[in-house]
Amino acid sequence: MSSNEIQTERSMIIFVNGQETQISNGHTAHDLLLDLGFETRPVAVEVNKEVIPRALLPSRVLCEHDQIEVVTLVGGG
Amino acid sequence: MAHTAVTIACEEKSQPSLKVGNFELASRLVVGTGKYASYAEMAECLDASGTDCVTVAVRRERLLNTAGENILDHLDLERYTLLPNTAGCFSADDAVRVARLGRELLRDLGNKGSEWVKLEVLGDQKTLLPDPVGTIEATQRLVDDGFTVLVYSSDDPIVAKRLKDLGAASVMPAGSPIGSGQGILNANSLRICLEYLKDGDPEYPVIVDAGVGTASDVAVAMELGVDGVLLNTAIAHATDPRTMALAMRSACTAGRYAFLAGRIPRKRYATASSPESGRIHESS
Repeated sequence: MSSNEIQTERSMIIFVNGQETQISNGHTAHDLLLDLGFETRPVAVEVNKEVIPRALLPSRVLCEHDQIEVVTLVGGG
Repeated sequence: MAHTAVTIACEEKSQPSLKVGNFELASRLVVGTGKYASYAEMAECLDASGTDCVTVAVRRERLLNTAGENILDHLDLERYTLLPNTAGCFSADDAVRVARLGRELLRDLGNKGSEWVKLEVLGDQKTLLPDPVGTIEATQRLVDDGFTVLVYSSDDPIVAKRLKDLGAASVMPAGSPIGSGQGILNANSLRICLEYLKDGDPEYPVIVDAGVGTASDVAVAMELGVDGVLLNTAIAHATDPRTMALAMRSACTAGRYAFLAGRIPRKRYATASSPESGRIHESS
């Protein structure tokens, strides 16, 4: 196994909406939405308190212990 | 005598009646989308209310149930401008974050509501009254960030003026605590808010946000001269929400007409409506 493969198979811990979540190393914010089944849903994503525009999600590589918020719209006054 | 043409736009879709920043709304009612028994009922009530602007909240997407309905499946985005709120935020930091998330959500949807926000920075869970210090800080930061800020405030005229001076596009004083249904508790404070906010700027929009319990509360607010009313629970939790939505719509229009018409002064004693002269028992 090459060092590259070892690298891609490693996983890391991030926090998604407060829940500890394991993802593969090198995962992007867009990959995370795919994992969650949210890629076609109306959501916005924040990484470490910074909103990431949807167009930039594929280029936003996630890091160990990143704090992710995935939000949507709900009824409210 | 020629009558002045009735040009009130309360119910005329052809021309906007409520202008907030660059936003123009046909209805003076802004209606919330929370607390309805079902999305179908919500959609019926919004339709009955005549509103063209509805508030929505930003919340975490559920991680475990992706099959659930989304409110957007039940809102016609061609018909309604969404007004995202920062409800549930107890600090300026959280409110700014939620406002930016809401903006991103609405931009992605192509809804013009992306560029404005109903700002709430709450003081405590029991009263849900605004925290004036946090509200002022968040208003400044969101205005600097390019938002059109509609800010939920207490009915304190001094705070209201400060918020306007910071660049809020509309100050929205509470009639009474959120969801309390107590109506307009301090009409005098609202009158002073209106005087201060509209001084030299009569078109500045002032919207009563929170506290409405029934239709007469909307009429009272509109008669005071506010430009619009934002409500949610009074419709959503009425015994018959759809009929209450109709009542709110009528009250808003009635109150607006009454304000424009100008009420008579209050007097302590009676004034007869029928002629004093010509009564049959009068001596000639």
